[in-house]
Amino acid sequence: MAESDNIVVETAEKIFADLADPQTINNDRKNSWQAPLWQALSEAGLPLSWVPDDLGGSGASLADGFALLNAAGRFAVAVPLAETMLAGWLLAQARITSPEGEMTVLPASPKDRITLDADGALSGRTRGVPFAKAAKHLAVLAHGKDGVSIALVDATKARIEAGLNVGYDHSDTVTLDKVQPVTIKPAPGGLDQTTLMLMGGVARSLQIAGALESMLDISVRYSNERVAFEKKISKFQAVQHNLARLAGESAAALAAATSAADAIANATAFNDEVYLEAASAKIRCAEAAEKGGGIAHQVHGAIGFTMEHILHRYSLRALAWRDDFGSESYWAVELGKLVANRGADELWPLVASR
Amino acid sequence: MTAALRFDPIRLPEKCEQLRKEVRAFLAEEIAAGTFDPHKPNREDTDAPEFSRRVGAKGWLGMTWPKKYGGQERSFLERYVVTEEMRVANAPTRRFFVADRQSGPVLLKYAPEHIKMEILPRICRGEICFAIGMSEPNSGSDLFAAKTRATRTDGGYLINGTKIWTSSAHIADYMIAIFRTSPPTKENRRHGLTQFLVKMKQPGIKVNPIGQITGQYEFNEVVFTDHFIPDDHVLGEVDGAWKQATSELAYERSGPERFLETYYVLTELVRAVGSNPDTRSAEGIGRLVAQLHTMRRMSVSVAGMLEAGKEPVVEASIVKDIGTVWEQQLPHRVRDLAAFVEETATNRETLERQLDFAIKTAPKLTIQGGTTEVLRGIIARGLGLR
Repeated sequence: MAESDNIVVETAEKIFADLADPQTINNDRKNSWQAPLWQALSEAGLPLSWVPDDLGGSGASLADGFALLNAAGRFAVAVPLAETMLAGWLLAQARITSPEGEMTVLPASPKDRITLDADGALSGRTRGVPFAKAAKHLAVLAHGKDGVSIALVDATKARIEAGLNVGYDHSDTVTLDKVQPVTIKPAPGGLDQTTLMLMGGVARSLQIAGALESMLDISVRYSNERVAFEKKISKFQAVQHNLARLAGESAAALAAATSAADAIANATAFNDEVYLEAASAKIRCAEAAEKGGGIAHQVHGAIGFTMEHILHRYSLRALAWRDDFGSESYWAVELGKLVANRGADELWPLVASR
Repeated sequence: MTAALRFDPIRLPEKCEQLRKEVRAFLAEEIAAGTFDPHKPNREDTDAPEFSRRVGAKGWLGMTWPKKYGGQERSFLERYVVTEEMRVANAPTRRFFVADRQSGPVLLKYAPEHIKMEILPRICRGEICFAIGMSEPNSGSDLFAAKTRATRTDGGYLINGTKIWTSSAHIADYMIAIFRTSPPTKENRRHGLTQFLVKMKQPGIKVNPIGQITGQYEFNEVVFTDHFIPDDHVLGEVDGAWKQATSELAYERSGPERFLETYYVLTELVRAVGSNPDTRSAEGIGRLVAQLHTMRRMSVSVAGMLEAGKEPVVEASIVKDIGTVWEQQLPHRVRDLAAFVEETATNRETLERQLDFAIKTAPKLTIQGGTTEVLRGIIARGLGLR
């Protein structure tokens, strides 16, 4: 954890440490930290990590980008870094150049759809789109009569109803009503809305895993400082066992998320094995967000329930991230169907495929 | 970070996949020949000495050990593949499992050369069965409270006392046990225990079977009365077993057997719900598969760290904690989901029979080989809380 074995993560961690210190930004009611942080991230080329050089990005590998998202989770940064990365990735799949500035991606839910009509205009209503309010451009996956297309859309052309998720970050409803895109191109073969949901789901899984690492860290530290009944609460066996369980949830989330990231980074296609990895990561990380976050709060007691304490920055965001790109219930149903469809005797070969 | 837990994603190398095919083909042949029934999870009732020899002949026992002791010098990841395939197939591994996982590595590390040359090749050939003599009537989790005495005598030690809950002692050829050679000291209550190699089926050893709530007799009481052990059967440092016992744990705690013990009910549930499950069944199965997949990836990751020569004691404890709690709950979750399985499902009776057995097995899973409480204590220590 926190091990910077690549330059992308090292750069990001330095920027986060300098400009997104959790206590400092938690005290800043006006969010005046956001603009300098975004500027620094942009200057370092991080939001367009997954965009090749010739399309306006910095051309980092999938693996480095995933590691960056894990680091972003450890700092629970409330800027559209993951969203811009995913948008840039999606556009690059169709060889569309990424513009500068904040982006987000839609749909952000497997049930929502954007359609492409014969006139080349985009329509549809998508809910729970993260940071749409902050985005200058939208990367859109749309369904037309000739299949799936990828489009770059000027955000001012969309109707955006602001909303907040449980982590107090923007999660907005975006409606496109016969909007002409800036650019639109057919998606490459094999890329569909499920692919986008799996990528988004793994991004959120890595962020949740990162947030849990931080929750474990600050909970252990707090338990070693807080005194009750004349001893540090870390010396009570009940507290120790709770923290051991939190470590287990944090470890499970980290293992599931990094394994899925590794699977995608080394995959030649989004086959059943990658599907298992990505869906499992989202399911297991979401479960860990609930169980692990609950323990972190229990260890902190009342102080962790206050706005002035930093714990909620991690715990609530981890819970909110569960909802994006398909909830754990959604993925569990889909994964269950896949498993049932392959048949009982094909379950173990699938699980043991890596 | 306070806790530097690592679970790097390990990809099994190509040679593992080749090996996996060989193991599956071998097991399919054994099933076809009637050696065991993969739908019958009563592996623990089945002593299969001939099967054990055939596994040995394949080179799949002691496969990571040096060639001069009969091993194959293959990797931990390859051993991992063999272990998980055997487990999932419900193969009767009881006769060789402990020797291969645990006893052999202890002998490799602490036994004198002539003992290694004598015994390790026999383990590799699948000829001999091992038991582990840790618990006593008044010391279980508290290993270092053991009282069974090893008293100095001419050329060795005389053993008096009782070991209990000793799996497979009734069929075992050897036991690796800890006995008290000195009292604990004021400074170190763990001092004074010594690890020994015990030859079973000898005078002064009486094995009494103990019935378990599953209806099986797979663990035992082992009573020692003036049983003689020669000097060259001391393993490692006299009075210093406490320094040796912990390194075993990473191997013992993180393997696939720590979450696959009741796996068969999940396979059978998937068979029972058929190819077009309702939403409730699909969600239930999806969650269980996601949890299973995650634990396996954690466990494989620990195997990769062992292969790299690390000692991931905390990570291994986490795998066993989460894995055993999961495999304990699994039969109950499957029972929930099976409640609405059609009466006409062809494997309904098989599933019900398996659930009966798995539900009775479940309580032991978080007790054997280090209780949940002990594991969480180790994890807490790793977090810097103790």
